[in-house]
Amino acid sequence: MSNRGRTEFLERGSYRQRRFRDAARMVPLFAAVMMLLPLMWPRAQTDQSLTSSGIYYLFGLWVVLVVIAFALSRVLQFETPDDSAEGAGKKGGDE
Amino acid sequence: MGQRVLLIEDEPNIIEAISYILSKDGWTVHTHSDGETAMDKVLQGVPDLIILDVMLPGRSGYDILRDLRADGVTASVPVMMLTARGQAKDRDMAERLGATHFMTKPFSNADILDCVRTLATS
Amino acid sequence: MISFNLLVFVSIAYVVFLFAVAFAAERRAAMGKTAWLRSSAIYTLSLSIYCTAWTFYGAVGYAARSGLEFLTIYLGPTLVMIGWWWLVRKLVRIGRTQRLTSIADLISSRFGKSTFLGVLVTVLAIVGTTPYIALQLQSVTQSIAVFAASSGEVWEAGDLNGAAMWVAAGLAVFTVLFGTRNLDAHERHHGIVLAIAVEAVVKLFALIAVGVFVVWGVAGGIGPTMDLIDASAQSQWAPQPSRWIGLIFVSAAAFLCLPRMFQVLVVENSDERTVSTASWAFPTYLLLMSLFVVPIAVVGLDLMPAGANPDLFVVTLPLSEGREGLAILSFLGGFSSATSMVIVATLALATMVSNHIVVPSWLNARTPGAVVSGDVRDVVVMSRRISIGVILALGYIYFRLSGGGGALAAIGLVSFTGVTQVLPAMIGGVFWRGANRWGAGAAISIGFAVWAWTQFLPSFGVDAVISQAVFDQGPFGINWLRPYALFGIEGIDPFVHAVFWSMLLNTGALIVVSILTFPNPLERLQGAQFVNVYDYSSGARTWSQSAAQAEDLLVMAQRILGGAEAQSIFQAEARSQGKDGFLPDVTPDFISRLERELSGSVGAATAHAMMAQLTEGAMVSVDDLIAVADETAQIMEYSSQLEAKSAEQDRTARALREANEKLTALSIQKDAFLSQISHELRTPMTSIRSFSDILRDGEIEDEARKKFAGIIHDETNRLTRLLDDLLDLGVLESGQVQLNIGEGTLAEVLDRAIMASGVAPDDLVISRRAVNEGVPLTTDLERLAQVFINLISNAAKYCMADDPELRIIVRQINGQTVVDFCDNGAGVPKESQSMIFEKFSRLEDAGKAGGAGLGLSICRQIMTALGGDVTYLPGQGGAGFRVTIPAAVALAAQ
Repeated sequence: MSNRGRTEFLERGSYRQRRFRDAARMVPLFAAVMMLLPLMWPRAQTDQSLTSSGIYYLFGLWVVLVVIAFALSRVLQFETPDDSAEGAGKKGGDE
Repeated sequence: MGQRVLLIEDEPNIIEAISYILSKDGWTVHTHSDGETAMDKVLQGVPDLIILDVMLPGRSGYDILRDLRADGVTASVPVMMLTARGQAKDRDMAERLGATHFMTKPFSNADILDCVRTLATS
Repeated sequence: MISFNLLVFVSIAYVVFLFAVAFAAERRAAMGKTAWLRSSAIYTLSLSIYCTAWTFYGAVGYAARSGLEFLTIYLGPTLVMIGWWWLVRKLVRIGRTQRLTSIADLISSRFGKSTFLGVLVTVLAIVGTTPYIALQLQSVTQSIAVFAASSGEVWEAGDLNGAAMWVAAGLAVFTVLFGTRNLDAHERHHGIVLAIAVEAVVKLFALIAVGVFVVWGVAGGIGPTMDLIDASAQSQWAPQPSRWIGLIFVSAAAFLCLPRMFQVLVVENSDERTVSTASWAFPTYLLLMSLFVVPIAVVGLDLMPAGANPDLFVVTLPLSEGREGLAILSFLGGFSSATSMVIVATLALATMVSNHIVVPSWLNARTPGAVVSGDVRDVVVMSRRISIGVILALGYIYFRLSGGGGALAAIGLVSFTGVTQVLPAMIGGVFWRGANRWGAGAAISIGFAVWAWTQFLPSFGVDAVISQAVFDQGPFGINWLRPYALFGIEGIDPFVHAVFWSMLLNTGALIVVSILTFPNPLERLQGAQFVNVYDYSSGARTWSQSAAQAEDLLVMAQRILGGAEAQSIFQAEARSQGKDGFLPDVTPDFISRLERELSGSVGAATAHAMMAQLTEGAMVSVDDLIAVADETAQIMEYSSQLEAKSAEQDRTARALREANEKLTALSIQKDAFLSQISHELRTPMTSIRSFSDILRDGEIEDEARKKFAGIIHDETNRLTRLLDDLLDLGVLESGQVQLNIGEGTLAEVLDRAIMASGVAPDDLVISRRAVNEGVPLTTDLERLAQVFINLISNAAKYCMADDPELRIIVRQINGQTVVDFCDNGAGVPKESQSMIFEKFSRLEDAGKAGGAGLGLSICRQIMTALGGDVTYLPGQGGAGFRVTIPAAVALAAQ
């Protein structure tokens, strides 16, 4: 990377990749929280028909998750040399 | 004269040739074609002259020569070495081990006859 | 009314269709066309075996009983797939680098290739899966019974049992046929995978068809359907938080830990990129499978008579509405769900049983060192076939014993919680280097015990295994051991109770025991390889130095992998070391690579044990350990470049050393050869000269003259032959040989060569297999025959066995015809093997050999001219020579 004119561009690309990977790690956490959300819905009044709302909510959430996963699978570069360097980043203190 | 020559050689055709030439000249020719048992054959009845091939099955002619010279009974028997590998180092080797004469194959019949006559009478 | 016979006919036609699909896939795979079989679509569809008959029939029943709770079973796997970057990706990578064959193999391999853990996980998996298989048999027979009833026949219990038995037998045949064809689990089961992919489409299509019919055909559209839902008994949705969380967790865990899921998710995966597609495609599949469950349940409850089994609504609803075609489609969907699950589950379990129980016991039963004397391959294949039969029989027996009762969902959940007991050891194994085999063993054992006590045994019913008294007062009156109230804490939902306590104690045991005990060196190495799998793609140095000889290893590898494959592995390795032939240097790298290849066939623990026997227990040295421990990330990256360089240098140095040895030896041999050639020429000349002197000089009898002339004649011929050989070699070497290309078959050439070699059957028995020899050849047949003659007469000359025998074996490898000549003599010593094809070489014992050591050299020159090769083939129990004949098109025309 001695060529400075191109360094910035390359870094941007790999920076983006790293953030996409962060996103890939965050999605399931986000999904888990959203799946647990209905547990906190107000259930005081019994006339609210919660099953149909539940269907709308859960299937809606499902579609959103599928779309996010689809988008991520498009932009994530699966096999990059950077892969190993990143895995090497989290080395510390497990022995 | 009736003197006895022992020919130690493994090629049947060469045995045939030498036996023919020497018998015709009046020698009694015994032949033997195995290296390993050659010493025993010599000791059964010590000949007046030994013709010894270098490349023999079982044991090389050089080893047999070394034994012949080491044994008191045969130490003075004249030995003529025959070899098909006519390199200088073969001749050196034969002389160092005490060969009386060294002859390279192919030879002329006259040469071998001369040589046998000379050696046997010396 | 549907005739019952029509249903049977449709089912059989469908099964025949599946067989055809599987056959076609295997055929295409055998032809090397596997690209589309490895596609993301096939991978995603094969994951759908998660949706068994439990989903197809049971989800509707579940929804009818408990409303939206059924969705948790599909939300869990959705989480896992969406979060593939965390775990699935790592598992797939580990599975590929370690060549894992099953989840038991994963655990065994990670924790020091432990046989005990492999057995434990296998037993757990069998116990957990048997009820599940029974469940599939039950759902198929129940749905058949529905049709029987609707066509007016009343089914007795005996009829149900008979149907279940036929289904089980059919599945066993299918699984044996397509599941045990390839031994190496990593060669993958293309036939099965494609068949279950087709079944995945059928079941999705069937369920959606029923759903569309129910929503638009019966209820009258989306709006009215939602109204119906709001009016139903299930309109109120008040999820119990602990159950909701627990179910999502268990289904996510089971998705990873179920043996059949691990099989399709990791073992059958051939390309990591397909996981990325499946991360959104599989959740989509689950979504579509779940979409119409609630409507079908609600409409079913509304329309069907009270007391109708909601588990069968997907079949009974269309039937009661008179849609018989739809009902049959729905039946096929359910049939597909059940059969695909059973096939893959059985296959996965059979692999585990054979690799972790049968083969290790078989090896133990043999005397040490005798490992290679039997054919392991046959044992493995046979034990897999028998295991498949036994596992299906177990499922059938469980079906008979349980009497076909119980709601589908309950059985499924028991199974899920059971296999989830492997999860802590698995997660710990791939993320925590400190986890060791004591911890894993304790974790799985305790989890297994708690699960069995709190969920599995109670699932048989009160007083079946555990008596009412024990439920109330605990075993032997120990109050805090009550199955539904461990430690005296009452009032928890039984499912949550079992999951909570088993997972808590399981994980606790893993952590505490791992911290308190020490792992052995092999575990630490494997731990590092699993946890840092992305760094260790090149594999670790498990083996230090070893006494194993390449030839011994080759003999063993041939027994397990088969001759052709083992030879190609060895050849490739030798080439990468810069060597010719089949015997590479036995480097630690090579040993660990070979071990991984073998573990693809017989499992990690077994492969390790076998290698250990051959390498005389040379395990891991302290230096190796320190090296691995010290390989922190930075050093790794830096040193990997250095390593690449030094590996390159090693390779060059090795090649140079070999070349040098060859040159030195050649120069010595060249002197010897000159002597030899001199001897060979002078000997006949001596006779010729001597006899011609005799003939010239004198009066001899006629008789003698004739004889002497004959000798001269013979000796002249001998000289001519020798000179011909020398000239032949000279021409071949200069590359100016004239080839007479003709056509014929290999059999003809061999016949001619055997005839011309003049070998008497008393001297050498030649065994051939005519079937393989009909290969058409377009080459110089004379020259080829010359090579064969040489090899045959060599065998006749040098094979010193009491009953000399020469086997001529013809096979096809990579499109080339290969002819092996193997005798049962002493073979060629390893140090001479690289020399025998050299021009001036001849092994000891000059007296025996008729020629001047030119034969093999001429053979090699001829084969090179023909575009093929002749090489020495070690490890055949005698001297072995391999002649490679190229395909006609590749003929090297000069």
